[in-house]
Amino acid sequence: MDIIVCAKNVPDVAEADLNISDKGTDIDKEDLVFGINDWDNYAIEEAVLLKEKYGGTVTAITVGSEDDEEVLRRCLAMGADTAIRIDVDGISRFDSFVISKILSRVVKDLQFDLIFTGVLAEDDYCGMVGMMMAEELNINHANMITALEIEDGKARTTSELEGGLGEVSLIELPALLTIQTGINEPRYVSILGIRKAAKKELKTIELPDLGISDEELSPRTIIEEAFLPPETEGAEILAGNPDKISSDLIEILKKKGVME
Amino acid sequence: MDFNLTKEQQDIQRAAREFALGEFPERAQEFDRDETFDLDIWRKACELGFVGVFIDEAHEGAGLGFFEHCLIVEEFWAVDAGIANAIITASFGAEMLGMFATEEQKNKYLSPIPKGEAIMGTAITEPDAGSDVTCATTSAVRDGDEYIINGTKMFTTNGSIANYLLVFCQTDPDNPDRHQRHSFFIVETDRAGYEANKIHGKLGIRANDTAEVSLVNVRVPASNLVGQEGKGFKNLMDFFNVTRLHICAMAVGIARAALEESVAHIKKRHQFGVPLASFQINQFKIAEMATKIRAARNLYYEAAWLADKGKIDHGLVAMAKWFSGEMAVRCADEALQMHGGYGYIDEYKVQRIYRDAKIVEIYEGTKEIEKIIVANSILG
Ligand SMILES: Cc1cc2nc3c(=O)[nH]c(=O)nc-3n(C[C@H](O)[C@H](O)[C@H](O)COP(=O)(O)OP(=O)(O)OC[C@H]3O[C@@H](n4cnc5c(N)ncnc54)[C@H](O)[C@@H]3O)c2cc1C
Ligand SMILES: Cc1cc2nc3c(=O)[nH]c(=O)nc-3n(C[C@H](O)[C@H](O)[C@H](O)COP(=O)(O)OP(=O)(O)OC[C@H]3O[C@@H](n4cnc5c(N)ncnc54)[C@H](O)[C@@H]3O)c2cc1C
Repeated sequence: MDIIVCAKNVPDVAEADLNISDKGTDIDKEDLVFGINDWDNYAIEEAVLLKEKYGGTVTAITVGSEDDEEVLRRCLAMGADTAIRIDVDGISRFDSFVISKILSRVVKDLQFDLIFTGVLAEDDYCGMVGMMMAEELNINHANMITALEIEDGKARTTSELEGGLGEVSLIELPALLTIQTGINEPRYVSILGIRKAAKKELKTIELPDLGISDEELSPRTIIEEAFLPPETEGAEILAGNPDKISSDLIEILKKKGVME
Repeated sequence: MDFNLTKEQQDIQRAAREFALGEFPERAQEFDRDETFDLDIWRKACELGFVGVFIDEAHEGAGLGFFEHCLIVEEFWAVDAGIANAIITASFGAEMLGMFATEEQKNKYLSPIPKGEAIMGTAITEPDAGSDVTCATTSAVRDGDEYIINGTKMFTTNGSIANYLLVFCQTDPDNPDRHQRHSFFIVETDRAGYEANKIHGKLGIRANDTAEVSLVNVRVPASNLVGQEGKGFKNLMDFFNVTRLHICAMAVGIARAALEESVAHIKKRHQFGVPLASFQINQFKIAEMATKIRAARNLYYEAAWLADKGKIDHGLVAMAKWFSGEMAVRCADEALQMHGGYGYIDEYKVQRIYRDAKIVEIYEGTKEIEKIIVANSILG
């Protein structure tokens, strides 16, 4: 089982104070802490688990700058065999379309049974790269995978649907699956893993060497403006004794449709 | 001069942080309140290779430097000091084995440490021998192929849970040079005559075991002598020159936690209609904390970097130790102050930080002793 995992280095925006960058079309990422996209962490874990079970290889790929290599070293430390970085100076200028074109171009020359991407990336929440790659490569695909088994060279996948429903499919390989968080419990990176990673191949490909046309490298999505959510009216403070406060609260929650 | 960590060091730092954040926060308050620990966390840390990274590969370690060990210690302490210590002190003494033990001793006592098969400790302090270790009177008397050990050790980290300890004993009480009277022995804790009493009621690092150890006619084979007889004091100084560095890492780690808690609190809490962070007095506290943390870290980075190159700078190590210790206690104090009344309550992490921080000014050389070393290194 040869598996390719596409992983992205993303800023941690959950707790950070965000500012709009000078250009006004993105957030300022200068002072943010970067790390592997959460979904990709599950994807690499799933790939390594399959490798441990069935043998084969795991290759991790990222489109990014030298700083983003950290994500690939992590994948190698978790058990990937090789890693490839397509060198670009900051991926902000690319949209899902361009990134999927680049990744597909690289993947085409590789041997694989499965390609994993995360469902989403925490930075832009587009959720398109996986599907666009599958279309570009013209291979089977399934989204939001919460469980995966291999049966007679096919993938038995469970996709998460609205309202907690699950959909089970049997998919011919090669296939692309977008991996949902919670599918497994990603391992911690170990010191031994880090030491081994240092000896594994981490290849860099220059973007121009891929021979992708300028047309295909031009984003299809143009961000005109990025803005912080406008400040809304201040919170309503409920007053009175605990009994009154709790009944008032329940009243409000019912009115807003949160409670029945 | 290059102030960047190598990629590998950055990865180690990140891995340690992730492990600590994943495992410590949920249990920290429980262990602190109950003075307990769950050894499964230590086992997990060993499986991942975080314990004893400085031990050579031939003895199951990662063969990294003490600098890398410090990076791990700092990240662990930045999340929770008690749990951090419960894990990393399992190798306290391995530094000495690495330096002075025979190959046979290393195979027997060093190799199990990184694998998580044994916990060790080092017992130097006695009721009447603290800062002045030369006063230690625990005696080891040769009897045929054995030594008979008698005495009491105070504040021994891991004393009641360790598999074995390095014990600092007097072997030549009449030697005119008080620096040649002592020697180190491995003492297995299951030997007859060994008894440990856990010390309760510690101010901080309560997840980490500390015990009073009594040794009554404990017999150990002569092969348990580590290093040369009479060289105990000298070996101890070499040992401290390395281990004091990880105390600096502890200090920087906990000071970072103090800063982090402070920033979050003063940005969130409003008084007089504005966030506490808008008052210049609080801003200055943050500025001072951040500066001191950086300064302490640079001091210990330099000292540890030199140590790994085999160039121990005794005075520099002592500078780093007292400065980082005092800095950590100061940061913890200011952090609590900025929390007002809430900081006084143990539901707030800053209260534990305040209590945990103090130890770094005390163990492995009080800050006063460190200053004596610094002064001696200058005045001669
Ligand atoms: C939680 C904890 C864990 C510990 N773990 C270990 C361990 O694993 N192994 C071990 O051997 N020990 C351990 N210790 C002991 C620790 O190293 C000692 O407490 C420390 O060295 C100080 O010794 P003391 O407590 O006897 O204080 P004292 O030596 O009595 O010092 C008291 C005060 O007097 C000052 N003082 C002493 N001499 C001088 C001087 N000449 N000039 C100026 N000031 C001076 C000191 O700086 C200090 O402020 C631990 C202690 C604690 C609290
Ligand atoms: C054990 C205990 C007993 C207590 N008993 C009583 C009691 O009996 N009755 C009672 O009413 N209260 C009591 N208190 C509450 C105590 O008086 C308050 O905690 C104290 O006044 C600080 O208020 P605070 O905790 O809200 O901190 P905050 O007001 O939030 O202050 C937090 C930090 O911000 C600083 N700060 C705030 N405003 C400014 C400013 N304008 N400029 C610069 N710095 C500023 C403060 O100095 C502090 O460092 C008690 C508290 C404790 C812990």
